[in-house]
Amino acid sequence: MRKRLLSVLSLGVVLSLLIACGPTPQPQTVVQTVEVEKVVTKEVEKTVVETVQVEKKVVETVQVEKPVEVVVTATPAAPTEAVYKREETLYVSGAAWGPASTWNPFQPGSLANTTGTIGNVYEFLFAFDPMTGEFIPWLAESGNWTDATTYEVTLRQGLTWSDGQPLTAADVRFTFELGQKYAALWFSPVWRYLTGVEAMDDTHLKFTFNDPLYQEWANYLYNLPIVPKHIWETRTEEEITTGTNENPIGSGAYLYETRSEDRNVWIRNENWWGIKVFGKPAPKRIVDIRFSSNNVALGAVIKGEVDLSNNFLPGVATLVQKGYVKTYFADAPYMLSANTAVLFLNTTKKPMDDAKFRRALAFAIDVPSIVNVAYANLVKAASPTGLLPSLSRFDDPDVVARLGYTFDTAKAKKMLADAGYKDVNGDGFVEAPDGSKIELEVTCPFGWTDWMAAIDIIAQSAQAAGINIKAATPDYGAWNTALQGGTFDMTLNNWAGMSNTPWTLYNLLFRHPIQEQMQSGNFGRYDNKEMFDLVDALAKVPVTDEVGMKAACSKIQELMLTDMPMIPLWYNGLWAQWNDSIWTNWPSEAPDAPKILPSTWSGYWQMGGLMTLINLKPAQP
Amino acid sequence: MRRYLGRKLLIYLLTFFLAVTIDWMIPRFMPGDPIMNVMSRIGAVVNPSAAQAMYEYYRHVFGLDLPIWQQYFNFWNSLLHGDLGISIYVFPTPVKTVLMRAVPYDIFLLIPSILLSWWAGNHFGAFAARSKWLDNTVSPIGYILTATPYMWLGILLAWLFGIVLGLFPIAGAYSFELRPALSLTFISSVLKHWFLPFASLFLVGFGGWAIGMRNMIIYELEADYSHYLEALGAPRKLIRQYAFQNSILPQITGLALQLGVIVAGALVTEVVFSYPGIGYLLLAAIQNQDYFLIQGCFLFIIIGVLIANFGIDIIYLIVDPRTRRGMAGETA
Repeated sequence: MRKRLLSVLSLGVVLSLLIACGPTPQPQTVVQTVEVEKVVTKEVEKTVVETVQVEKKVVETVQVEKPVEVVVTATPAAPTEAVYKREETLYVSGAAWGPASTWNPFQPGSLANTTGTIGNVYEFLFAFDPMTGEFIPWLAESGNWTDATTYEVTLRQGLTWSDGQPLTAADVRFTFELGQKYAALWFSPVWRYLTGVEAMDDTHLKFTFNDPLYQEWANYLYNLPIVPKHIWETRTEEEITTGTNENPIGSGAYLYETRSEDRNVWIRNENWWGIKVFGKPAPKRIVDIRFSSNNVALGAVIKGEVDLSNNFLPGVATLVQKGYVKTYFADAPYMLSANTAVLFLNTTKKPMDDAKFRRALAFAIDVPSIVNVAYANLVKAASPTGLLPSLSRFDDPDVVARLGYTFDTAKAKKMLADAGYKDVNGDGFVEAPDGSKIELEVTCPFGWTDWMAAIDIIAQSAQAAGINIKAATPDYGAWNTALQGGTFDMTLNNWAGMSNTPWTLYNLLFRHPIQEQMQSGNFGRYDNKEMFDLVDALAKVPVTDEVGMKAACSKIQELMLTDMPMIPLWYNGLWAQWNDSIWTNWPSEAPDAPKILPSTWSGYWQMGGLMTLINLKPAQP
Repeated sequence: MRRYLGRKLLIYLLTFFLAVTIDWMIPRFMPGDPIMNVMSRIGAVVNPSAAQAMYEYYRHVFGLDLPIWQQYFNFWNSLLHGDLGISIYVFPTPVKTVLMRAVPYDIFLLIPSILLSWWAGNHFGAFAARSKWLDNTVSPIGYILTATPYMWLGILLAWLFGIVLGLFPIAGAYSFELRPALSLTFISSVLKHWFLPFASLFLVGFGGWAIGMRNMIIYELEADYSHYLEALGAPRKLIRQYAFQNSILPQITGLALQLGVIVAGALVTEVVFSYPGIGYLLLAAIQNQDYFLIQGCFLFIIIGVLIANFGIDIIYLIVDPRTRRGMAGETA
């Protein structure tokens, strides 16, 4: 009986091993057969394009005669290509939060899982460097407003898609016009003021406008990926908006190679047009890894198994000091700033409808403790205007000096008392001027540990000033529903990323008109026509008119800090730590190091990720 | 016999219907709106002006703009056609594909660890119950193992064997420098990556089974029939064998239930060792309110548990003479 049981069990174990090894997806066989071909023909060096073609051919033959596989298993020689050489491979992590599912450059929400789709594969007219505020000509050689409503673009000569076809003005025009056809594409709103795109010849384009939003247009220039017309024009609306676009054909420096549940692999495009212009990126392959927890990412970067980690790793400061990993700054805050954490106040609820209360609250929040305790000095306190350090030239120092706020419990108490908020029932917390009790909640999604620590500090410091605020952490879904439906009291949000213009942040903070569901900003439903007009005016200032932009920003900041409809608190970091045992010349504050953003996050490739790659050098040449 | 199985089957079918209905309902009772979550991710990246149009578009893509009763009928309709829908979290991958990619890892990890720990734990527990010395020294270890917070044990193992000793990798199902291939390098890499997650699951499971078995053996050895056998002068070996056979029954039930929920994966193991199974996906699906992926995962769990229960019913017929006899009396 026992023996029989044992044999059944061991059979089960063997079976399960077989099952687990069993399902090998099709591409794997392909890789193997390529190896065979290499071994047989003894080909020394092949360019990537050639090997790609070989693979295509093999796919066809493999499906006819399967026994080839068996031959491969029998050959004892270790496959040369299936093992990526460490010194040719860049391992990164920190962008993906799920398994790869789409390479469609028009689905930005899911592209984090195949980060590099926009950047490595699909490119844009310009790249943008937030450190200098400069637009770097990419596919475009130049772009100019020839008059107030005409924008002309000249493309570079000799641009090609990775399938060998030329990339021309017709492709750019086609891409823009997709937005005109399909409202579900994220960039379709550009057609509210874009009236036409004309391809004058292969490299010259003319965009004509009606009352253009210059600031937003500049944003499209580096965010809109250009897709090949000859491949996309035959696709249906469904394929374009929600298709997966497997094996993407782009124009960029890397090509899609393979993926599995927890990784994406990109291989260098040896025929990239940009090699002549920017130089050849050093890593032959990029392996982007998704770790399920931060401690694993931490272990991997310490061991040197990952070169660049863009994960948020609490306590990384200690590791920097001990020399295990490197960061942009050698000292606090270690990281560059990526976005502003803003405390949105629901202005439709009492007492947040009172500007005096809101301003008092701004003084009551202990931002220094958030920086020191919740983040262990990995972040910086935000400017009261909310603008990132990269946009600090648009801060009006005079307005900040007059109306800015700093943590000061005593002052907050006095401001509350002056505004009529007094503790009537003696419970230690103030009541509203009309005598009603104040009980508020500050929220963030459950599991966002840094924010959870931060809202605890917000609640405690507000309580110290006499405002009864408690921290609560609902599920992401519930939090999001409350956020967009406007049922929260106060909550954290940071949805305005790095950008070329202060308008991006103010568009988030003062999004209008006020609707039932506020999906993309102004969650506190601050309703002030004067402010909306100021933001709209900023949107229409030409990007080149920096004086005009500053003047518009100054007015917004004046009104914002007077009314305090939301409170900018700190800058979330552009989390990046690296191990330079394999690759060197990482961006940093050191004098001879590149000054760019070392990030592989989706949307950041064109703001520094690509240039970081191009600047990398092997540690052992 | 046929009547017994027929009745059981009917009950299982009914249970399946109810469980699947609840499975459909529960995600929809969660607060929040999955499309809004999708939108918020997009909103974080791009200009948000297109939000409303995109919102409507995606609602339509997932069929969430239909009346609720119609969604329910569509659900059964596509389920009966073998269609589990499209995942929202890993849009636009079909749920079936998502599951098929991740579940093999779980089977590979969980079946060996559950079966081996069950087998080893039971035998060790039975063995320990016989020896006072062993009972006093090793049983406490079993208690400690089974009471260990799993997360902590996993991190400890990863730290000791992965980082300090450098014997085993700490993340992934196979080396990040490899592409899957039927080569020696690849298979050894898979086994190396498999070992630590396996070992941690095995240790915790082992402790639990061993303690359960030990306690039951002691209980059975104190039972009247044992004393009676002893009084009759039966050899100790025979008495122990009877005790073991009686003690194994509840353990079989426990085993079957564990095997039934294999599709749910081992969440914590997968998080600690970054192992790409279904557990982490399921957690992410719940957090992202991915109705279809949640439904798909739980559907497999429901089927797994039902099959496991059915298996127990049949195994009991074989291993427990009382069930057999009771049924014979019933049909006679």
